[in-house]
Amino acid sequence: MSANYTEFHPRWYRPRMSVFWWVGRRSYLIFVLRELTSVFVAWSVVFLLLLVHAVGQGGTEYRRFVDLSGNPWMLALNAVTLVFVVFHAITWFNLAPQAMVVRLRGKRVPRSRIAGAHYAGWALLSALAAWLIVG
Amino acid sequence: MVDHIILQVTRYRPERELAPTTQEYEIPVHEEWAVLDGLNHVKDQLDGTLSYRWSCRMGICGSCGMTVNGEPRLTCATFLADYRPGPIRIEPLRNFPVIRDLVVEIGDFMRKLPQVKPWLIRDEGAAAPDGELLQTPAEMNEYKQYSMCINCMLCYSACPIVGLEKDFLGPAAIALAQRYNLDSRDEGAGERMEVLSTAEGVWGCTFVGECTTACPKGVDPAGAIQRYKLTAAAESLRSFLLPWRSS
Repeated sequence: MSANYTEFHPRWYRPRMSVFWWVGRRSYLIFVLRELTSVFVAWSVVFLLLLVHAVGQGGTEYRRFVDLSGNPWMLALNAVTLVFVVFHAITWFNLAPQAMVVRLRGKRVPRSRIAGAHYAGWALLSALAAWLIVG
Repeated sequence: MVDHIILQVTRYRPERELAPTTQEYEIPVHEEWAVLDGLNHVKDQLDGTLSYRWSCRMGICGSCGMTVNGEPRLTCATFLADYRPGPIRIEPLRNFPVIRDLVVEIGDFMRKLPQVKPWLIRDEGAAAPDGELLQTPAEMNEYKQYSMCINCMLCYSACPIVGLEKDFLGPAAIALAQRYNLDSRDEGAGERMEVLSTAEGVWGCTFVGECTTACPKGVDPAGAIQRYKLTAAAESLRSFLLPWRSS
C-alpha cells in the first residue's frame, strides 16, 4: 500500500523491542520460563536413557551410573530439573482446557473437568510408578 | 470539589522530533469519565494539537485502543477514577509503527486480515441453497464468541510474537478465521488451512496467552489458536495415514 500521500510518511516511529522484553511483566516471564523448561525436560529424557543404557550394560556400569547420580552436582542439577519439569506439567495441564473442546451428549465439558482429568491421570501414573519402584 | 489527575501522554510530532516524548496534562476526574473523556478534555480545552483515534465511545468501533499504564486498553472502557491518585501513563498501542502522538499505523493488520478469508465461503460447484441457510442456536453458539471481535488490535499489542515475528498472522486474524471455520454455513476451512497451518499462522503462536487477557470482548484468541492447532495436527495425521481421504 502506498503511503506517499502522508507528508511525513518515512518518519513513522518504529519502537524496537528490547532483548529483555520478557522481564518487566509477570505473564511474559512465566511464558519464557515455560519455554525454558523444555531444556530440562530434554535433560530428564537423556538422564533416563543413560539409566536404561547403564542397566543394560550390567552391574559395574550400573554402579558407576549410581555413583555419578549421587554426585552433589548431579543431585543439584536433577533437583532443579524436577522443579522445572513439575512447572512444565502444571502450566501444560492448566493450558490444556483452553485448547480442548470436549462434548459429552452434546454438552461442552467444563474447563475445570478437563484440567481435573489431566491432574487425575498424572496422579494415577505417578502412583503406578511409585508402586513399581517401592512396592 | 472535583479531583484532578495527571495524564502523562506520549507525543510524537514527526515534523519536529525524531522520537516520542511525554507531555503532562492535569485534568478533572469525574466518576463517569473514561480515559477517552480525559483525552477529549485535553483536546477541547488544553491542547488541540494532540492526536488520537476514537469514534463510538461504547466499546464497539475498536478505534480507541491505547496503552494505559502499560496495559493495552480501550480508552472508552477504562475509567479515570480507577487510577486515582494517578498519574496515568497513556502511550500508543505497542507493536505498531507510530504515525503521530497516539495514532498507530495499522496497515500490517489490514493486509493480514483478508489472507484468512474472513467471510462465508460456499462450494462454487454446488447448487445454490433453496432459500435461507438455516442455523440452529447450538450451531450459532459454535462460533458466536469469535464473532464478537471488533478489530481493536489490543491482542496484537499484547502479543510479544507479533512484535518479534513480523510475518505472524496474529491473534485476531486467526480467531476470525475460526469464526468462519466453525460456522455451519461455511465450506472454506480447507482454503483457510493453507494459510493457517503454517509457521506464520497458528504454529507461530507459542501460547503466551496475553491476547486473551487483553481482549475487551471475551473472544479468547489464544483458545481459538490452540483449538486450531489440534484441528491442523489431526488433519496432517489423517492425510498421512489416509492419503486418499485427505481434503
